Amino acid sequence: MTKNKIKTNLYGLLFALPWIIGFFIFGLYPIFKSLYYSFTDFNVFMEPNWVGLDNYKDLFQDRLFYKSLSNTLFMTAIGTPVTIVFALICALVLNMEIKARSFFRTIFFLPSLVPIVAATLMWVWIFNPKYGLLNIILKGVGLKGPNWLADPLLTKPSLILIGLWTVGVPMVIFLAALQDVPRELYEAASMDGANEWRKLINITLPSISHIMLYQVILALINNFQYFTQAYVITGAGGGLNVASGGPANSILFYALYLYHNAFVYLKMGKASGMAWILFIITGIATWLIVKTYGGWGNYGKRGQKNAK
Amino acid sequence: MEVGVIMGREVRKMLNKKIVNIFLKYFILILMTAMFLFPLLFMLSTSVKSINEIFTKSFHLIPEVFHFENYANALKTIPYLKYAGNTLFITVLNVVGQLLISPMVAYSLSKVDWIGKRVVFVVLLSTMLLPYQVTMIPVYIIWHNLGLVGSYVPLILPAFFGYAFYIIILRQFFMTIPDSILESARIDGASEFRIYWNIMLPLCKPALISVAIFTFMFTWSDFLGPLIYLTKQDKYTLALGLQQYMSQHTVAWEQLMAASTMFTMPIIIIFFFAQRKFIEGVVTTGLKG
Repeated sequence: MTKNKIKTNLYGLLFALPWIIGFFIFGLYPIFKSLYYSFTDFNVFMEPNWVGLDNYKDLFQDRLFYKSLSNTLFMTAIGTPVTIVFALICALVLNMEIKARSFFRTIFFLPSLVPIVAATLMWVWIFNPKYGLLNIILKGVGLKGPNWLADPLLTKPSLILIGLWTVGVPMVIFLAALQDVPRELYEAASMDGANEWRKLINITLPSISHIMLYQVILALINNFQYFTQAYVITGAGGGLNVASGGPANSILFYALYLYHNAFVYLKMGKASGMAWILFIITGIATWLIVKTYGGWGNYGKRGQKNAK
Repeated sequence: MEVGVIMGREVRKMLNKKIVNIFLKYFILILMTAMFLFPLLFMLSTSVKSINEIFTKSFHLIPEVFHFENYANALKTIPYLKYAGNTLFITVLNVVGQLLISPMVAYSLSKVDWIGKRVVFVVLLSTMLLPYQVTMIPVYIIWHNLGLVGSYVPLILPAFFGYAFYIIILRQFFMTIPDSILESARIDGASEFRIYWNIMLPLCKPALISVAIFTFMFTWSDFLGPLIYLTKQDKYTLALGLQQYMSQHTVAWEQLMAASTMFTMPIIIIFFFAQRKFIEGVVTTGLKG
Protein backbone atom coordinates (compact mmCIF):
# COMPACT_ATOMS: atom_id res chain seq x y z
CA MET A 1 0.00 0.00 0.00
CA THR A 2 2.67 2.50 1.03
CA LYS A 3 4.83 1.28 -1.79
CA ASN A 4 1.96 2.02 -4.13
CA LYS A 5 1.56 5.46 -2.59
CA ILE A 6 5.22 6.24 -3.20
CA LYS A 7 4.90 5.03 -6.75
CA THR A 8 1.85 7.21 -7.36
CA ASN A 9 3.65 10.23 -5.95
CA LEU A 10 6.65 9.56 -8.12
CA TYR A 11 4.50 9.24 -11.24
CA GLY A 12 2.60 12.40 -10.41
CA LEU A 13 5.81 14.33 -9.99
CA LEU A 14 7.35 12.79 -13.10
CA PHE A 15 4.39 13.78 -15.28
CA ALA A 16 4.32 17.32 -13.94
CA LEU A 17 8.11 17.67 -13.96
CA PRO A 18 8.51 19.38 -17.36
CA TRP A 19 6.22 22.21 -16.32
CA ILE A 20 7.79 22.47 -12.86
CA ILE A 21 11.27 22.74 -14.39
CA GLY A 22 9.96 25.27 -16.91
CA PHE A 23 8.38 27.24 -14.11
CA PHE A 24 11.71 27.53 -12.31
CA ILE A 25 13.66 28.49 -15.46
CA PHE A 26 11.12 30.75 -17.18
CA GLY A 27 9.05 31.88 -14.20
CA LEU A 28 10.39 31.94 -10.68
CA TYR A 29 14.07 32.59 -11.40
CA PRO A 30 13.36 35.44 -13.88
CA ILE A 31 10.92 37.09 -11.44
CA PHE A 32 13.62 37.49 -8.82
CA LYS A 33 16.34 38.12 -11.36
CA SER A 34 14.38 41.06 -12.76
CA LEU A 35 13.97 42.43 -9.23
CA TYR A 36 17.76 42.24 -8.90
CA TYR A 37 18.35 43.85 -12.30
CA SER A 38 16.06 46.72 -11.32
CA PHE A 39 18.68 47.75 -8.74
CA THR A 40 21.51 47.66 -11.26
CA ASP A 41 22.87 49.50 -14.25
CA PHE A 42 22.84 46.86 -16.94
CA ASN A 43 23.17 47.00 -20.73
CA VAL A 44 23.46 43.25 -21.58
CA PHE A 45 27.08 43.51 -22.70
CA MET A 46 28.61 44.36 -19.35
CA GLU A 47 28.03 42.80 -15.97
CA PRO A 48 25.18 44.36 -13.97
CA ASN A 49 26.44 47.12 -11.72
CA TRP A 50 24.61 47.70 -8.41
CA VAL A 51 23.17 51.21 -8.22
CA GLY A 52 20.60 50.84 -5.45
CA LEU A 53 17.41 52.81 -6.03
CA ASP A 54 18.77 54.92 -8.90
CA ASN A 55 16.56 53.31 -11.56
CA TYR A 56 13.44 53.94 -9.53
CA LYS A 57 14.51 57.54 -8.81
CA ASP A 58 15.15 57.97 -12.52
CA LEU A 59 11.73 56.58 -13.36
CA PHE A 60 9.90 58.78 -10.88
CA GLN A 61 11.49 61.84 -12.49
CA ASP A 62 10.93 60.63 -16.04
CA ARG A 63 8.20 62.57 -17.83
CA LEU A 64 7.74 59.76 -20.36
CA PHE A 65 7.30 57.20 -17.58
CA TYR A 66 4.28 59.13 -16.30
CA LYS A 67 3.05 59.69 -19.83
CA SER A 68 3.20 55.97 -20.60
CA LEU A 69 1.52 55.18 -17.28
CA SER A 70 -1.35 57.58 -17.90
CA ASN A 71 -1.80 56.35 -21.49
CA THR A 72 -2.03 52.81 -20.17
CA LEU A 73 -4.41 53.80 -17.38
CA PHE A 74 -6.63 55.37 -20.04
CA MET A 75 -6.73 52.07 -21.91
CA THR A 76 -7.48 50.09 -18.75
CA ALA A 77 -10.00 52.54 -17.28
CA ILE A 78 -11.87 53.35 -20.52
CA GLY A 79 -10.92 50.48 -22.82
CA THR A 80 -11.68 47.64 -20.40
CA PRO A 81 -15.30 48.57 -19.55
CA VAL A 82 -16.11 49.65 -23.11
CA THR A 83 -14.79 46.35 -24.51
CA ILE A 84 -16.49 44.19 -21.89
CA VAL A 85 -19.85 45.95 -22.33
CA PHE A 86 -19.57 45.68 -26.11
CA ALA A 87 -18.70 41.97 -25.87
CA LEU A 88 -21.75 41.49 -23.67
CA ILE A 89 -24.00 43.40 -26.08
CA CYS A 90 -22.79 41.23 -28.98
CA ALA A 91 -23.45 38.11 -26.91
CA LEU A 92 -26.94 39.36 -25.98
CA VAL A 93 -27.68 40.06 -29.64
CA LEU A 94 -26.56 36.56 -30.60
CA ASN A 95 -28.58 35.11 -27.73
CA MET A 96 -31.85 36.56 -29.04
CA GLU A 97 -34.25 34.21 -30.75
CA ILE A 98 -32.76 34.47 -34.22
CA LYS A 99 -32.41 32.23 -37.20
CA ALA A 100 -28.94 31.07 -38.24
CA ARG A 101 -27.34 31.95 -34.91
CA SER A 102 -24.15 30.00 -35.57
CA PHE A 103 -23.76 31.78 -38.90
CA PHE A 104 -23.86 35.19 -37.22
CA ARG A 105 -21.63 33.96 -34.43
CA THR A 106 -19.05 32.97 -37.02
CA ILE A 107 -19.24 36.39 -38.67
CA PHE A 108 -18.85 38.20 -35.35
CA PHE A 109 -15.91 35.97 -34.47
CA LEU A 110 -14.11 36.15 -37.80
CA PRO A 111 -12.17 39.39 -37.14
CA SER A 112 -10.68 37.87 -33.98
CA LEU A 113 -8.90 35.29 -36.14
CA VAL A 114 -6.91 37.88 -38.06
CA PRO A 115 -3.33 38.01 -36.70
CA ILE A 116 -2.98 41.13 -34.62
CA VAL A 117 -0.25 42.63 -36.82
CA ALA A 118 -2.33 42.15 -39.97
CA ALA A 119 -5.44 43.49 -38.23
CA THR A 120 -3.59 46.57 -37.02
CA LEU A 121 -2.06 47.34 -40.42
CA MET A 122 -5.49 46.88 -41.97
CA TRP A 123 -6.93 49.41 -39.53
CA VAL A 124 -4.11 51.85 -40.24
CA TRP A 125 -5.39 51.71 -43.81
CA ILE A 126 -9.03 52.01 -42.72
CA PHE A 127 -8.10 55.07 -40.61
CA ASN A 128 -6.37 56.68 -43.58
CA PRO A 129 -7.80 60.22 -43.60
CA LYS A 130 -8.35 60.41 -47.37
CA TYR A 131 -8.78 56.91 -48.75
CA GLY A 132 -9.67 54.86 -45.68
CA LEU A 133 -13.01 53.12 -45.26
CA LEU A 134 -14.00 54.98 -42.11
CA ASN A 135 -13.75 58.47 -43.55
CA ILE A 136 -15.34 57.32 -46.81
CA ILE A 137 -18.37 56.21 -44.79
CA LEU A 138 -18.37 59.43 -42.77
CA LYS A 139 -18.20 61.40 -46.00
CA GLY A 140 -21.11 59.36 -47.30
CA VAL A 141 -23.28 60.67 -44.47
CA GLY A 142 -21.96 64.19 -44.92
CA LEU A 143 -19.37 64.32 -42.14
CA LYS A 144 -15.76 65.32 -42.49
CA GLY A 145 -13.67 62.55 -40.97
CA PRO A 146 -10.66 63.49 -38.84
CA ASN A 147 -7.10 62.27 -39.22
CA TRP A 148 -7.55 59.48 -36.72
CA LEU A 149 -4.00 58.35 -36.10
CA ALA A 150 -2.39 61.78 -36.28
CA ASP A 151 -4.54 63.53 -33.70
CA PRO A 152 -3.25 62.84 -30.15
CA LEU A 153 -6.80 63.04 -28.83
CA LEU A 154 -8.07 60.36 -31.22
CA THR A 155 -5.26 57.81 -31.26
CA LYS A 156 -6.32 55.96 -28.13
CA PRO A 157 -10.04 55.89 -29.00
CA SER A 158 -9.00 54.55 -32.43
CA LEU A 159 -7.12 51.74 -30.72
CA ILE A 160 -10.15 50.97 -28.57
CA LEU A 161 -12.19 50.76 -31.75
CA ILE A 162 -9.77 48.15 -33.13
CA GLY A 163 -10.24 46.29 -29.85
CA LEU A 164 -14.03 46.31 -30.31
CA TRP A 165 -13.63 44.78 -33.72
CA THR A 166 -11.64 41.86 -32.27
CA VAL A 167 -13.99 41.20 -29.37
CA GLY A 168 -14.66 37.57 -30.36
CA VAL A 169 -13.16 35.68 -27.45
CA PRO A 170 -14.98 37.40 -24.55
CA MET A 171 -18.08 37.48 -26.78
CA VAL A 172 -18.34 33.70 -27.23
CA ILE A 173 -17.57 33.18 -23.55
CA PHE A 174 -20.41 35.51 -22.58
CA LEU A 175 -22.67 33.81 -25.11
CA ALA A 176 -22.00 30.40 -23.57
CA ALA A 177 -22.61 31.81 -20.11
CA LEU A 178 -25.91 33.35 -21.27
CA GLN A 179 -27.03 30.03 -22.67
CA ASP A 180 -26.30 28.42 -19.31
CA VAL A 181 -28.75 30.68 -17.46
CA PRO A 182 -31.72 28.47 -16.53
CA ARG A 183 -34.80 29.18 -18.67
CA GLU A 184 -37.15 28.73 -15.69
CA LEU A 185 -35.81 31.94 -14.15
CA TYR A 186 -36.96 33.96 -17.15
CA GLU A 187 -40.31 32.17 -17.31
CA ALA A 188 -40.96 32.86 -13.64
CA ALA A 189 -40.02 36.51 -14.12
CA SER A 190 -42.32 36.80 -17.13
CA MET A 191 -45.21 35.50 -15.06
CA ASP A 192 -44.43 38.14 -12.46
CA GLY A 193 -44.72 40.70 -15.25
CA ALA A 194 -41.05 41.68 -15.47
CA ASN A 195 -39.98 43.41 -18.71
CA GLU A 196 -36.84 42.60 -20.69
CA TRP A 197 -34.77 45.27 -18.96
CA ARG A 198 -35.66 44.03 -15.49
CA LYS A 199 -34.83 40.48 -16.56
CA LEU A 200 -31.42 41.64 -17.78
CA ILE A 201 -30.65 43.47 -14.54
CA ASN A 202 -32.14 40.98 -12.09
CA ILE A 203 -31.49 37.62 -13.73
CA THR A 204 -28.98 37.71 -16.57
CA LEU A 205 -26.27 39.93 -15.09
CA PRO A 206 -26.20 38.30 -11.63
CA SER A 207 -26.13 34.86 -13.26
CA ILE A 208 -23.06 35.62 -15.32
CA SER A 209 -21.29 37.90 -12.84
CA HIS A 210 -18.56 35.38 -12.01
CA ILE A 211 -17.72 35.04 -15.70
CA MET A 212 -17.80 38.82 -15.92
CA LEU A 213 -15.30 39.11 -13.08
CA TYR A 214 -12.93 36.70 -14.79
CA GLN A 215 -13.24 38.55 -18.12
CA VAL A 216 -12.68 41.94 -16.48
CA ILE A 217 -9.50 40.70 -14.81
CA LEU A 218 -8.22 39.18 -18.07
CA ALA A 219 -9.03 42.35 -20.05
CA LEU A 220 -7.35 44.45 -17.40
CA ILE A 221 -4.14 42.42 -17.47
CA ASN A 222 -4.15 42.47 -21.28
CA ASN A 223 -4.65 46.23 -21.37
CA PHE A 224 -1.79 46.78 -18.93
CA GLN A 225 0.41 44.88 -21.39
CA TYR A 226 -0.96 46.66 -24.46
CA PHE A 227 1.90 46.59 -26.95
CA THR A 228 1.68 45.11 -30.43
CA GLN A 229 -0.94 47.46 -31.90
CA ALA A 230 0.91 50.52 -30.63
CA TYR A 231 4.27 49.21 -31.80
CA VAL A 232 2.94 48.47 -35.28
CA ILE A 233 1.21 51.86 -35.61
CA THR A 234 4.20 53.87 -34.41
CA GLY A 235 6.40 51.83 -36.75
CA ALA A 236 3.98 52.30 -39.64
CA GLY A 237 4.56 56.05 -39.69
CA GLY A 238 8.20 55.80 -40.67
CA GLY A 239 11.38 53.84 -40.16
CA LEU A 240 11.50 50.60 -38.21
CA ASN A 241 13.02 50.20 -34.78
CA VAL A 242 12.77 53.86 -33.97
CA ALA A 243 11.54 54.41 -30.47
CA SER A 244 8.39 56.39 -31.11
CA GLY A 245 5.30 56.96 -29.05
CA GLY A 246 3.03 58.20 -31.82
CA PRO A 247 1.73 61.77 -32.11
CA ALA A 248 2.59 63.68 -28.91
CA ASN A 249 3.51 60.31 -27.37
CA SER A 250 -0.22 59.63 -27.12
CA ILE A 251 0.19 55.89 -27.69
CA LEU A 252 3.43 55.48 -25.80
CA PHE A 253 2.01 52.72 -23.61
CA TYR A 254 3.72 51.29 -20.58
CA ALA A 255 4.77 48.04 -22.27
CA LEU A 256 5.97 49.97 -25.33
CA TYR A 257 8.12 52.34 -23.26
CA LEU A 258 9.42 49.37 -21.31
CA TYR A 259 10.38 47.72 -24.61
CA HIS A 260 12.11 50.91 -25.80
CA ASN A 261 14.12 51.08 -22.59
CA ALA A 262 15.09 47.42 -22.73
CA PHE A 263 15.75 46.77 -26.40
CA VAL A 264 16.33 50.17 -28.00
CA TYR A 265 18.21 52.08 -25.27
CA LEU A 266 19.50 48.85 -23.65
CA LYS A 267 18.65 50.20 -20.20
CA MET A 268 17.80 46.76 -18.85
CA GLY A 269 17.92 47.91 -15.22
CA LYS A 270 15.44 50.71 -15.75
CA ALA A 271 13.20 48.44 -17.83
CA SER A 272 13.29 45.81 -15.09
CA GLY A 273 12.23 48.46 -12.60
CA MET A 274 9.30 49.28 -14.87
CA ALA A 275 8.44 45.58 -15.09
CA TRP A 276 8.29 45.29 -11.31
CA ILE A 277 6.17 48.41 -10.97
CA LEU A 278 3.81 46.89 -13.57
CA PHE A 279 3.79 43.64 -11.61
CA ILE A 280 2.78 45.45 -8.43
CA ILE A 281 0.14 47.60 -10.15
CA THR A 282 -1.55 44.63 -11.87
CA GLY A 283 -1.41 42.68 -8.62
CA ILE A 284 -3.12 45.49 -6.68
CA ALA A 285 -5.66 46.12 -9.45
CA THR A 286 -6.61 42.43 -9.62
CA TRP A 287 -6.91 42.22 -5.85
CA LEU A 288 -9.08 45.36 -5.75
CA ILE A 289 -11.43 44.03 -8.42
CA VAL A 290 -11.79 40.65 -6.76
CA LYS A 291 -12.47 42.43 -3.45
CA THR A 292 -15.06 44.88 -4.74
CA TYR A 293 -16.82 42.52 -7.13
CA GLY A 294 -16.53 39.56 -4.80
CA GLY A 295 -19.91 40.01 -3.15
CA TRP A 296 -21.60 40.53 -6.48
CA GLY A 297 -20.07 37.36 -7.94
CA ASN A 298 -21.18 35.26 -4.98
CA TYR A 299 -24.68 36.58 -5.33
CA GLY A 300 -24.71 35.31 -8.89
CA LYS A 301 -23.48 31.87 -7.92
CA ARG A 302 -26.09 31.61 -5.20
CA GLY A 303 -28.75 32.61 -7.69
CA GLN A 304 -27.72 29.77 -9.97
CA LYS A 305 -27.65 27.25 -7.15
CA ASN A 306 -31.14 28.19 -6.07
CA ALA A 307 -32.33 27.68 -9.58
CA LYS A 308 -31.12 24.10 -9.67
CA MET B 1 -69.61 41.61 -32.70
CA GLU B 2 -68.34 44.39 -30.45
CA VAL B 3 -66.17 41.86 -28.62
CA GLY B 4 -64.84 40.48 -31.88
CA VAL B 5 -63.68 43.94 -33.02
CA ILE B 6 -61.87 44.59 -29.75
CA MET B 7 -60.19 41.20 -29.89
CA GLY B 8 -59.20 41.78 -33.48
CA ARG B 9 -57.66 45.11 -32.51
CA GLU B 10 -55.76 43.49 -29.66
CA VAL B 11 -54.44 40.75 -31.89
CA ARG B 12 -53.41 43.26 -34.52
CA LYS B 13 -51.68 45.36 -31.87
CA MET B 14 -49.74 42.34 -30.63
CA LEU B 15 -48.94 41.30 -34.17
CA ASN B 16 -47.66 44.79 -34.97
CA LYS B 17 -45.52 44.76 -31.86
CA LYS B 18 -44.11 41.40 -32.86
CA ILE B 19 -43.31 42.60 -36.37
CA VAL B 20 -41.59 45.70 -35.02
CA ASN B 21 -39.60 43.48 -32.66
CA ILE B 22 -38.47 41.15 -35.40
CA PHE B 23 -37.62 44.08 -37.64
CA LEU B 24 -35.59 45.72 -34.86
CA LYS B 25 -33.83 42.46 -34.05
CA TYR B 26 -32.65 41.84 -37.56
CA PHE B 27 -31.82 45.50 -38.10
CA ILE B 28 -29.39 45.41 -35.15
CA LEU B 29 -28.04 42.06 -36.33
CA ILE B 30 -27.37 43.31 -39.85
CA LEU B 31 -25.81 46.52 -38.58
CA MET B 32 -23.40 44.56 -36.39
CA THR B 33 -22.67 42.07 -39.16
CA ALA B 34 -21.72 44.99 -41.39
CA MET B 35 -19.48 46.41 -38.70
CA PHE B 36 -17.57 43.15 -38.32
CA LEU B 37 -17.51 42.26 -41.99
CA PHE B 38 -16.86 45.57 -43.75
CA PRO B 39 -13.26 46.03 -42.64
CA LEU B 40 -12.47 42.53 -43.93
CA LEU B 41 -14.18 43.25 -47.24
CA PHE B 42 -12.25 46.51 -47.47
CA MET B 43 -9.02 44.55 -46.99
CA LEU B 44 -10.01 42.06 -49.70
CA SER B 45 -11.14 44.83 -52.02
CA THR B 46 -7.89 46.79 -51.61
CA SER B 47 -5.90 43.62 -52.24
CA VAL B 48 -7.23 43.31 -55.80
CA LYS B 49 -7.27 46.98 -56.79
CA SER B 50 -4.75 48.83 -58.91
CA ILE B 51 -2.74 51.56 -57.18
CA ASN B 52 -4.61 54.12 -59.24
CA GLU B 53 -7.95 52.87 -58.12
CA ILE B 54 -6.93 52.77 -54.47
CA PHE B 55 -6.07 56.44 -54.56
CA THR B 56 -9.11 57.80 -56.38
CA LYS B 57 -11.80 60.00 -54.95
CA SER B 58 -14.68 57.74 -55.94
CA PHE B 59 -14.79 54.61 -53.87
CA HIS B 60 -16.06 51.24 -55.07
CA LEU B 61 -15.97 48.17 -52.89
CA ILE B 62 -15.87 45.97 -55.97
CA PRO B 63 -12.95 47.05 -58.14
CA GLU B 64 -13.43 47.95 -61.81
CA VAL B 65 -10.72 45.52 -62.87
CA PHE B 66 -9.48 42.72 -60.63
CA HIS B 67 -5.71 42.82 -60.19
CA PHE B 68 -4.91 39.38 -58.87
CA GLU B 69 -1.28 39.96 -59.79
CA ASN B 70 -1.06 42.00 -56.56
CA TYR B 71 -0.82 38.65 -54.80
CA ALA B 72 2.02 37.48 -57.00
CA ASN B 73 3.79 40.81 -56.54
CA ALA B 74 3.33 40.64 -52.78
CA LEU B 75 5.17 37.31 -52.81
CA LYS B 76 8.11 38.97 -54.54
CA THR B 77 8.34 42.34 -52.75
CA ILE B 78 9.34 40.60 -49.54
CA PRO B 79 10.61 37.00 -49.34
CA TYR B 80 7.07 36.00 -48.41
CA LEU B 81 7.39 32.27 -48.98
CA LYS B 82 10.62 32.12 -46.99
CA TYR B 83 8.96 33.96 -44.09
CA ALA B 84 5.93 31.69 -44.38
CA GLY B 85 8.24 28.67 -44.18
CA ASN B 86 10.00 30.10 -41.13
CA THR B 87 6.67 30.80 -39.45
CA LEU B 88 5.39 27.33 -40.24
CA PHE B 89 8.57 25.73 -38.88
CA ILE B 90 8.28 27.53 -35.55
CA THR B 91 4.54 26.93 -35.38
CA VAL B 92 4.68 23.19 -36.08
CA LEU B 93 7.39 22.62 -33.48
CA ASN B 94 5.39 24.61 -30.93
CA VAL B 95 2.35 22.44 -31.61
CA VAL B 96 4.47 19.28 -31.24
CA GLY B 97 5.99 20.49 -27.97
CA GLN B 98 2.67 21.52 -26.55
CA LEU B 99 0.97 18.24 -27.50
CA LEU B 100 3.83 16.23 -26.05
CA ILE B 101 4.10 17.95 -22.68
CA SER B 102 0.92 19.80 -21.72
CA PRO B 103 -1.34 16.70 -21.61
CA MET B 104 1.20 14.92 -19.41
CA VAL B 105 1.15 17.73 -16.89
CA ALA B 106 -2.62 17.99 -17.12
CA TYR B 107 -2.88 14.25 -16.44
CA SER B 108 -0.73 14.57 -13.35
CA LEU B 109 -2.87 17.46 -12.10
CA SER B 110 -6.20 15.75 -12.69
CA LYS B 111 -5.94 11.98 -12.50
CA VAL B 112 -2.88 11.10 -10.43
CA ASP B 113 -3.52 11.41 -6.72
CA TRP B 114 -0.16 12.70 -5.55
CA ILE B 115 0.81 15.14 -2.81
CA GLY B 116 1.97 18.02 -5.02
CA LYS B 117 -1.18 18.09 -7.14
CA ARG B 118 -2.98 20.99 -5.45
CA VAL B 119 0.07 23.17 -4.87
CA VAL B 120 1.32 22.80 -8.43
CA PHE B 121 -2.14 23.61 -9.81
CA VAL B 122 -2.51 26.75 -7.71
CA VAL B 123 0.95 27.96 -8.75
CA LEU B 124 0.12 27.15 -12.37
CA LEU B 125 -3.10 29.17 -12.19
CA SER B 126 -1.36 32.14 -10.61
CA THR B 127 1.26 32.26 -13.38
CA MET B 128 -1.61 33.18 -15.71
CA LEU B 129 -1.74 36.54 -13.91
CA LEU B 130 1.98 37.18 -14.34
CA PRO B 131 2.66 39.94 -16.89
CA TYR B 132 4.97 38.82 -19.71
CA GLN B 133 7.16 41.87 -19.14
CA VAL B 134 8.21 40.72 -15.66
CA THR B 135 10.11 37.70 -16.94
CA MET B 136 10.91 39.05 -20.42
CA ILE B 137 14.31 40.60 -19.67
CA PRO B 138 15.90 37.86 -17.52
CA VAL B 139 14.70 35.20 -19.96
CA TYR B 140 16.24 37.22 -22.79
CA ILE B 141 19.50 37.40 -20.84
CA ILE B 142 19.46 33.61 -20.37
CA TRP B 143 19.19 33.07 -24.14
CA HIS B 144 21.74 35.82 -24.76
CA ASN B 145 24.26 34.17 -22.45
CA LEU B 146 23.69 30.85 -24.21
CA GLY B 147 24.37 32.59 -27.54
CA LEU B 148 20.91 31.68 -28.81
CA VAL B 149 19.44 35.12 -29.47
CA GLY B 150 18.84 35.29 -33.22
CA SER B 151 18.05 31.59 -33.43
CA TYR B 152 14.65 29.91 -33.25
CA VAL B 153 15.45 28.10 -30.01
CA PRO B 154 13.98 30.78 -27.67
CA LEU B 155 10.75 30.66 -29.71
CA ILE B 156 10.48 26.87 -29.70
CA LEU B 157 12.09 25.28 -26.66
CA PRO B 158 9.76 26.86 -24.02
CA ALA B 159 6.82 25.03 -25.66
CA PHE B 160 8.46 21.76 -24.59
CA PHE B 161 7.87 22.72 -20.96
CA GLY B 162 4.12 23.19 -21.45
CA TYR B 163 2.08 26.38 -21.10
CA ALA B 164 -0.24 26.97 -18.17
CA PHE B 165 -3.09 28.05 -20.43
CA TYR B 166 -3.15 24.78 -22.38
CA ILE B 167 -2.60 22.66 -19.30
CA ILE B 168 -5.70 24.25 -17.78
CA ILE B 169 -7.81 23.49 -20.86
CA LEU B 170 -6.64 19.87 -20.90
CA ARG B 171 -7.03 19.40 -17.16
CA GLN B 172 -10.61 20.64 -17.43
CA PHE B 173 -11.30 18.03 -20.08
CA PHE B 174 -9.48 15.22 -18.25
CA MET B 175 -11.63 15.84 -15.17
CA THR B 176 -14.70 14.77 -17.15
CA ILE B 177 -13.25 11.28 -17.80
CA PRO B 178 -14.61 8.92 -15.11
CA ASP B 179 -12.01 7.63 -12.65
CA SER B 180 -13.52 4.15 -12.85
CA ILE B 181 -12.04 3.60 -16.32
CA LEU B 182 -8.55 4.38 -15.03
CA GLU B 183 -9.06 2.45 -11.76
CA SER B 184 -9.91 -0.78 -13.52
CA ALA B 185 -6.77 -0.45 -15.64
CA ARG B 186 -4.75 0.20 -12.48
CA ILE B 187 -6.16 -2.94 -10.85
CA ASP B 188 -5.20 -4.88 -13.98
CA GLY B 189 -1.65 -3.75 -13.26
CA ALA B 190 -1.20 -1.28 -16.11
CA SER B 191 1.52 1.25 -15.41
CA GLU B 192 0.59 4.91 -15.00
CA PHE B 193 2.32 5.73 -18.26
CA ARG B 194 0.42 3.05 -20.17
CA ILE B 195 -2.88 4.29 -18.73
CA TYR B 196 -2.00 7.80 -19.83
CA TRP B 197 -0.83 6.83 -23.29
CA ASN B 198 -3.26 4.04 -24.20
CA ILE B 199 -6.44 5.10 -22.41
CA MET B 200 -6.33 8.77 -21.52
CA LEU B 201 -4.93 10.32 -24.70
CA PRO B 202 -7.25 8.50 -27.13
CA LEU B 203 -10.25 9.53 -25.01
CA CYS B 204 -9.15 13.16 -25.01
CA LYS B 205 -8.64 13.69 -28.72
CA PRO B 206 -11.11 16.62 -28.92
CA ALA B 207 -9.23 18.53 -26.22
CA LEU B 208 -5.89 17.75 -27.86
CA ILE B 209 -7.22 19.11 -31.13
CA SER B 210 -8.30 22.36 -29.52
CA VAL B 211 -4.88 22.77 -27.91
CA ALA B 212 -3.23 22.14 -31.27
CA ILE B 213 -5.45 24.78 -32.90
CA PHE B 214 -4.83 27.34 -30.16
CA THR B 215 -1.09 26.79 -30.29
CA PHE B 216 -1.09 27.07 -34.05
CA MET B 217 -3.03 30.33 -33.96
CA PHE B 218 -1.01 31.98 -31.24
CA THR B 219 2.38 30.99 -32.61
CA TRP B 220 1.45 31.79 -36.21
CA SER B 221 0.34 35.30 -35.19
CA ASP B 222 2.90 35.98 -32.45
CA PHE B 223 4.72 39.28 -32.78
CA LEU B 224 6.57 40.19 -29.58
CA GLY B 225 8.54 36.93 -29.38
CA PRO B 226 9.96 37.10 -32.92
CA LEU B 227 10.49 40.87 -32.52
CA ILE B 228 12.76 40.32 -29.55
CA TYR B 229 14.58 37.20 -30.66
CA LEU B 230 14.88 37.30 -34.44
CA THR B 231 17.62 39.69 -35.37
CA LYS B 232 18.44 38.62 -38.93
CA GLN B 233 15.98 39.35 -41.73
CA ASP B 234 16.26 35.92 -43.35
CA LYS B 235 14.92 34.37 -40.15
CA TYR B 236 11.89 36.64 -39.92
CA THR B 237 8.37 35.35 -39.46
CA LEU B 238 5.42 36.74 -41.43
CA ALA B 239 4.27 38.87 -38.50
CA LEU B 240 7.61 40.70 -38.60
CA GLY B 241 7.90 40.69 -42.38
CA LEU B 242 4.60 42.47 -43.05
CA GLN B 243 6.08 45.81 -42.05
CA GLN B 244 8.50 45.57 -44.95
CA TYR B 245 5.75 46.59 -47.35
CA MET B 246 6.10 50.00 -45.78
CA SER B 247 9.05 52.16 -46.58
CA GLN B 248 9.87 55.60 -45.26
CA HIS B 249 7.40 57.42 -47.49
CA THR B 250 5.19 54.98 -49.31
CA VAL B 251 3.13 51.99 -48.41
CA ALA B 252 2.25 49.37 -51.02
CA TRP B 253 -1.27 49.06 -49.62
CA GLU B 254 -2.56 46.70 -52.30
CA GLN B 255 0.34 44.32 -51.69
CA LEU B 256 0.18 44.72 -47.93
CA MET B 257 -3.52 43.83 -47.95
CA ALA B 258 -2.87 40.88 -50.28
CA ALA B 259 -0.12 39.65 -47.97
CA SER B 260 -2.32 40.16 -44.89
CA THR B 261 -5.05 38.13 -46.55
CA MET B 262 -2.64 35.30 -47.31
CA PHE B 263 -1.25 35.54 -43.77
CA THR B 264 -4.75 35.20 -42.29
CA MET B 265 -5.96 32.43 -44.60
CA PRO B 266 -4.43 29.40 -42.82
CA ILE B 267 -6.12 30.39 -39.57
CA ILE B 268 -9.48 30.94 -41.24
CA ILE B 269 -9.23 27.57 -42.98
CA ILE B 270 -8.40 25.76 -39.76
CA PHE B 271 -11.20 27.63 -38.04
CA PHE B 272 -13.76 26.46 -40.56
CA PHE B 273 -12.63 22.87 -40.30
CA ALA B 274 -12.68 22.77 -36.54
CA GLN B 275 -15.08 25.53 -35.67
CA ARG B 276 -17.04 23.68 -33.00
CA LYS B 277 -13.96 22.35 -31.23
CA PHE B 278 -12.43 25.76 -31.38
CA ILE B 279 -15.36 27.63 -29.85
CA GLU B 280 -15.80 24.91 -27.22
CA GLY B 281 -12.14 25.33 -26.34
CA VAL B 282 -12.46 29.09 -25.92
CA VAL B 283 -15.54 28.61 -23.81
CA THR B 284 -14.09 25.97 -21.46
CA THR B 285 -11.07 28.10 -20.68
CA GLY B 286 -13.21 31.15 -20.19
CA LEU B 287 -15.98 29.59 -18.16
CA LYS B 288 -14.17 27.28 -15.86
CA GLY B 289 -10.50 28.24 -16.14
